[in-house]
This record gives sequence, C-alpha cells and structure tokens, in this order.
Amino acid sequence: MNTQGHPPSVNQGKRPSRLLPLVLYVTIALVVLPVLVVASSLLHPSLAVWTHLGQTILPLLLQNTAVLLVGVSLGTLVLGTSLAWLITAYDFPGRDKFRWLLVLPMAIPAYVMGFIYMALFDFAGPFHTLVRSVWGAQAYFPPIRSGGGAILVMTLTLYPYVFLLAKAGFEEQTGSHFEAARALGSSRARAFFALALPLARPSIAAGVALAAMEALADFATVRYFNFPTIADGILRVWHGLMDLGAASELAGLLAIFSLLMLLFEQKNRGRTKYYQTRGRLPGLPETRLVGGRGLLAALFCAFVLFASFGLPVGQLLMWAGREIANITPPVMATYVELAMNSILLATIAAILVVLIALVVASLSRLKDKKSLQSLARLVTIGYAIPGAVIAVGILLPLSFIDRSINAFTSAWWGFTPGLLLTGSLVGLMYAYIVRFMAIAYSSVDASLEKISPNTVLAARALGANAQRVMFAVQLPLITPGVIAGAVLVFVDVMKELPITVMMRPMGYDTLAVWVWQMASESLWTSTAIPALIIVLVGLVPIKFLLDASSSRTEKQTSQILMRKDH
Amino acid sequence: MSWHCPLPTRDLLPGYVTLSHLYKKFGELDAVKDVDLSIARGEFFSLLGPSGCGKTTTLRLLAGLEELDAGEISISGETVATVQSSIPPEKRGVGIVFQDYALFPHLTVFANVAFGLYGMNKEIIKSRVQEMLTLVGLQNSGGQYPHELSGGQKQRVALARTLAPCPSVILLDEPFSNLDAELRDALRLETKEILRASGSTVILVTHDQEEALSLSDRVGVMNGGHLEQVGTPYEIYHQPATRFVANFVGKADFFRATIREGQVVSNIGSFPLLSPYDALEGEVDLMVRPDDVTLTPDPLGTGTIVEARFLGGDAVYRVALPEQTYLHSQRMSANLLDVGSRVLVEVNLPHVVIFPRR
Repeated sequence: MNTQGHPPSVNQGKRPSRLLPLVLYVTIALVVLPVLVVASSLLHPSLAVWTHLGQTILPLLLQNTAVLLVGVSLGTLVLGTSLAWLITAYDFPGRDKFRWLLVLPMAIPAYVMGFIYMALFDFAGPFHTLVRSVWGAQAYFPPIRSGGGAILVMTLTLYPYVFLLAKAGFEEQTGSHFEAARALGSSRARAFFALALPLARPSIAAGVALAAMEALADFATVRYFNFPTIADGILRVWHGLMDLGAASELAGLLAIFSLLMLLFEQKNRGRTKYYQTRGRLPGLPETRLVGGRGLLAALFCAFVLFASFGLPVGQLLMWAGREIANITPPVMATYVELAMNSILLATIAAILVVLIALVVASLSRLKDKKSLQSLARLVTIGYAIPGAVIAVGILLPLSFIDRSINAFTSAWWGFTPGLLLTGSLVGLMYAYIVRFMAIAYSSVDASLEKISPNTVLAARALGANAQRVMFAVQLPLITPGVIAGAVLVFVDVMKELPITVMMRPMGYDTLAVWVWQMASESLWTSTAIPALIIVLVGLVPIKFLLDASSSRTEKQTSQILMRKDH
Repeated sequence: MSWHCPLPTRDLLPGYVTLSHLYKKFGELDAVKDVDLSIARGEFFSLLGPSGCGKTTTLRLLAGLEELDAGEISISGETVATVQSSIPPEKRGVGIVFQDYALFPHLTVFANVAFGLYGMNKEIIKSRVQEMLTLVGLQNSGGQYPHELSGGQKQRVALARTLAPCPSVILLDEPFSNLDAELRDALRLETKEILRASGSTVILVTHDQEEALSLSDRVGVMNGGHLEQVGTPYEIYHQPATRFVANFVGKADFFRATIREGQVVSNIGSFPLLSPYDALEGEVDLMVRPDDVTLTPDPLGTGTIVEARFLGGDAVYRVALPEQTYLHSQRMSANLLDVGSRVLVEVNLPHVVIFPRR
C-alpha cells in the first residue's frame, strides 16, 4: 500500500490518467532544457571561437573569476563564521539585536552596494578627498576600482548567507559536546577549533557555496570595479558583438563552475544530519562578555553593520533627498513607469512560477515513487545557474524557433511576424521560471510534505470526496507555503539584473536595469530612488528568513536561503 | 610504550570530594540550596531525586560547567570553586559521561577516546586508547563513527573516553536512561565492574531509585534543590529521614497514629513504641512498606483483599481494614491469594518508621 509515506493520490480508485505524468515530464524537461543547451555547447566546442577567446579575453576572465571566487569565499567565511560564533557562544550588549540586524545587508543587491562604494571611495569620493586633504596629494589610498574592491563589496552583501547557516550550524549543536570537550581538558579555543567549527562545517561550507554562486552570477558589480569575470564576459560578447556562439561557450564554462559549487554544497548538506542533531537538548553554553570585551564585541558587530548596511543606505537616502528636492514631473513619471514595469514582471513571474511548482510537486506525488520526486527536484537546478547562463540557454533555442517561424510564414504567406518569443515577454518569463523555480518549489514541496498520508485518508474515511479533500484539507494546508513562495519569487524578480538586461523587450526598462544603467554612468542621484525601492522590497524575504531561523532549524533556514529542499 | 593511571586507591579516605553549603540560583529559582556533602575516595555515590530537584546542577557545579552563587567545592584537598574563583572545567581533572553521551560525531571512536589525551606522545595515546577500548569490550571498533554504533556501544565509548585521561572523579549524568530496559541492567553491572576495577571515585546522578540503590555505596536523595538524606541504600530504604524520601524511594503506606505513654495507637492496631523513637509523643504518622506486611489466609482475619496485582515473582495486594483504611502488601506470588478473601494482617513492627506530624 502506501509504504513510501507520500500523500496518496486524490484520484485513488480511478485509473490515473496517462496524460498527467506526461505533463510532468514535459515541464521538467522544459525547465532543465536551457542548462542542457548550454552544457551541450561545451560538448561541441567550436575551435575557432575558443581560439579567438583564448587569445583575447579568456585568460583574464578565468583569472578574475578564480580570484573573485577565492576572495569572496574567504571573506564571507571569515566574516560570517566569526559573527555567528560571537552571537551564538557569547552574550554582550546588543547581542539580541545584532542577531537579526546583521542579516539586513542581504536586502542590498551587490550591484547597488557596488556603485555606492564606488561613489564613496573612488578618487572623487569623500574618503579619498579627505585623505588627500590631510596627507597631501601623494597619500596612498587603496584603489577601489580593483578586484579587491569587488571582493570587499560582495563580501559585505553576501556574508549573511554564511552568517545565517553558520549560526544554525552552531545552534544545532548539543551543548554537551562542547562541555564534554572542556571536561576532557580542552580550552575554549581548542573546543572551538576541534569541535564546534568542524561540527558546523557542513552548514558553513553550504553557506560559502551559496555566496560563491552569487559571486559567479554577478556581472554588474565586477563591471563597476573594472574586474571582468566570465559572467561579465558573456554579457559583453552578447551585447557588444551579438555573438551568441561565443556567449554560449563562455556560458558553458561558467555553468561548470556553478555546478561544481552546487555539488560542493549538496555534498555538505547531506552531512548535517549526523553532525547537528540537537533536538530538544540544551545548546552551546553562553559566556557573558563583560566590560571592555563586551564593548569590543558590540563594536565589531556595529562596524560590520555600518559598513554593510548603514553606510550604503544612508548614502542612498542622502542622494534620494537631493533628487526629491528638484524632481520634475517627467522624471517622476519615469520612476512610476519603471516601478510599474518591475511590479508587472514580478507579479506575472511569481504567479507562473508558483503554478508550475504546484503542478510539478503534486504530479510527482501521483505515484508512490521516490524516484519521481527526485526527478522532479531537477526543476530546482536554476538556483545554482547564473542568470546570464540561463539567458543564453534560452536565447539559443528560442531564436532558432523565431527564425523558423519567420522563414515558414514568409515562404507560405509572404509576411514575417517578427521575434515572437525572444522579442516578447515569453523568453523573459521562461528565464525567470528556470532561475527562480527552486524558491517556489521548495516552499510548495515542503508544505505538501507536511500533509501526512493519514490526513487525506482520514478525510476520505469521514466521507469527503476528492474535491472536498482538496478544498477542505489540502489547499488550506499548503496555502501559507504557496504564498511564501510567491512573495519570495516576486522579490527576487524585482532585484534580478542579468536575465532582465539580456532578455527584456526593447525599451522595456525596470528599476533594476535603470539603477544599473545610471550607476554605470555615475549618475548617482538618479539611481537613489529606484535603488531604495529595491532595497525596501528586498527587506521582505528577510522577515521570512528570520522567522524560519528563529525556530532554529537549519533545514527551514536553508529552504528559503538556498532555494532548495534537502 | 604504555601508560597507566596512578595505582587506584579505593581507601575510602573521607572528604575526598567535599561540597560545602552550595547555592545556585537560576533567576528566581533556587536550583541548589545549601547542599553539604562529603564523598570518600573510591566511593560510588549516587544523587537521587525527581527531575528538577537540582541533582544535575550539583553535578555541573562540581564539573565547573556552572558557577556557584555561594559555598565551596574541593577535590582531593584542593579548593576548585568558590564564589570568587573557579578552576575551569578543563583543569579540574573531572570526567563526565553525559546523558546523551556527547560523542563527537565527526570523529572516529578512536579519536573520541583519544580526545582527552591531547598533547601526549602518539605511541602512548595509541596504547592507552586501545587499553580503554579493550576494557569496555570494543577493541575492534576504533575505526567506526558514532552514528554506526548502537546505544549500548555509544555508552561504552563514552565511558572509555572519560576514563582515558585518568580523572580523579567520574561524574555520570543519567548514563543509562537512553537505553532499553534489558540492556540497561546488563550495562549497569558492567559499568560498575569497570569503574570499581579502575578504583575511581564515582558520582552518579539518576532519578531511578533501583539504579541508585543497587549500584551505590551511599545515596543522597535530593528534593527542591535540597539534600533530604544521605545514607547507605539500606538506610535510605528502611530508615527514610523524611516523608519525601519514604515516598520517593519504594512504596509506602502512611497511617495517622497517636503516641501516649509509650504506646502507639492507630487504625492498624496498637503496639509499644520501639527505639529509636522513645522520645516521641502526640500525633504522628506511621510508614509501612508493603514488603513488611504479611498476610495469612484466615476467615476471621480483619483484612479483606480488594485488589491483587500480579507482578511475576511477586504479587501486590491492596487490603481493606476496618474504618476505611487500606494497606498494601507485597508477597511472593507462588501462593496467590484471591480477591475478596479474608486475611490476617501482620506488620513487621521494628521496620515501621514514625514521623512526627507537622
């Protein structure tokens, strides 16, 4: 009977339709297709393209990507882990506030944080000017337009990934482990390095992998800092040369980097079940830091918070104030239009993504087979694939279809309808679906998982028919998960940049695209208001995150953070 | 090369571990209240009490995992904790076996046992760990990880790990409570043998009276953060100092009685007052254990059996006496008595405990 523990199909008794599994397979195939397209371009490498790339930009892109990966991984590792340990194992003034405040920088996309740091620390910026006025024109000031600048900015926006997961990793440890180590003669320091750190390592590693994936996907920040990586390279060859061949080869290369990160993350996630098994047992013992040491800990947290949130948001508010002081009706109208465009895209995408997630998650439960659910989980792969790679993977087949349609119609009826797929919202939505399916799917899947098979059986035993089971039992149980998934997709689409830049219909600008374009031209005040809206919207999922992490489970935190289940 | 602990000395030298007037508060709650205790070298001592009675907190104070609010702890003549100063847990030489064993999940069994031998010569560590694993019967499991072990094996590893660095005192925090009943009995005996052989001074925390009574040289019964009684298992069971101890350890029936001129008068009969209660006078309570009550079938007896519970070797009877009084009796079940039958009730008078009524 129901040995696997899945909710039984509502159609029990009836012969399940043959069509439904087909819908499932086609949906999964469509979501995975772009990744396969890009991967297959690696299988048929074009020698000419590679030779050209190899002689020109490729060595630099590879080197920069590697430097960025290592730098951001190390930066987020050290910053995120040390903050998490401080918050978990010590008590100091403001600790309970910092516990959630330190997550706020996640709301600021790297492409927003990037140009603010650029404005603040570049030659003409206030800090550089101050240094020159004090120590003279020859005074040394570290150049912000460099790999170091890009690594700094990305570390500041991405460390919360590591912070949250490391915190969960520490909090999930049984306190008696640490105490046993002390009783066996270990100092606090040795107990940390021999015990607490290795036990949290799977969580920390997963957090670092997520931060690294984000760093790989970024093209805008590295471009401000004049530090081109592979993601930036894809956009350059695509925009500058319209060379889809070269773009797809680079995308394939980037996909390999990302899939390696994904493997690394997944491998480590599997281990947490042995390492972090606290349950209801007491957690790590807390040490109260008094006097100067407590103050020092609070100052450290405050400094990180200032650099990663206070400073950039303060600067945005200043610019926004200046902008509002002399705003004109046409500028106002532009902002309204940008916001409407962003909201429209985000709303359509959220609805589509959640609907497809629901279809896939429920169809994969039609049969009591774990294999079907593992297969369905393939739809979540997009969270690890940079937007630029997904865009290329969709542009290749869609532009082929567009060309075929035009060739067909012009041959038969003598007219061409234009770019039906790549020139409209269809391609853009397709890309959003691939990229953000994981967030919605994990949310929907987790809520379906919560419905025990017996709940449905009980309802049926009480005489409810299939419709009533669905409307009275299943839908109410999954609604919170569905709404959470939709909100998270909405927010991520609002913030999304590379896919939107590459695939939006001509002249269709969003808040994110506008911010990037204005920032690229150093028109700081024009970026402020749209950027602030993006940051504000970005604060929404942080509430979800904090709710999940306050219940102290690594799994829930990561479901939202990692856009993926298990 | 090998290395052994200093030769075990089970000389029962008194005052080896002393707790003087310990107090510990958690917020408003007095977790430990004026606990005063002296444990001899080589002694197996148990702290017994219901959950929340302060026994685990006392253990943690001893290990240095909590800081005390008043009092003093000394081990082997050295003061290890006062309110002003406290030797950190890693320097106390106190070993603990935790309730959840707290085996390090990322380390092999070998590395777990070797953890406390940090900084020693590799060869010595190797031989010492092997010696410890052999002692607990796990000589072939050194390469396994904790999640591959059964509950009983984990408990053994935890014991080996604790014993390895030769702690002066070994603390056991409910170490058998996570095991199923059958395994628990076997492991209790085995653990006691191992600890006895090592000559260790052991303090066991448990809520299981049978465990405390069967394993210990002496037992301290705690209630509400306070030590109610310290004594041998015999004293705790047969001469409970307080009603709480009488109730918590074993079954007991209580009867109101009056003492007048050396005579005890109660619902269950009258009898002359025996020592050590000679000085008592007035209203008192009598405590009678079911195993001190004999029943003899007798159609003219004053008791009627109203309930019989069969426990295997024994049976427990609930006997109705005149004036709505009930009494329990535990007898061997070989000659089972029928419910409803009349019995003659006899109480082993020297075993009756008398508490003055408050």
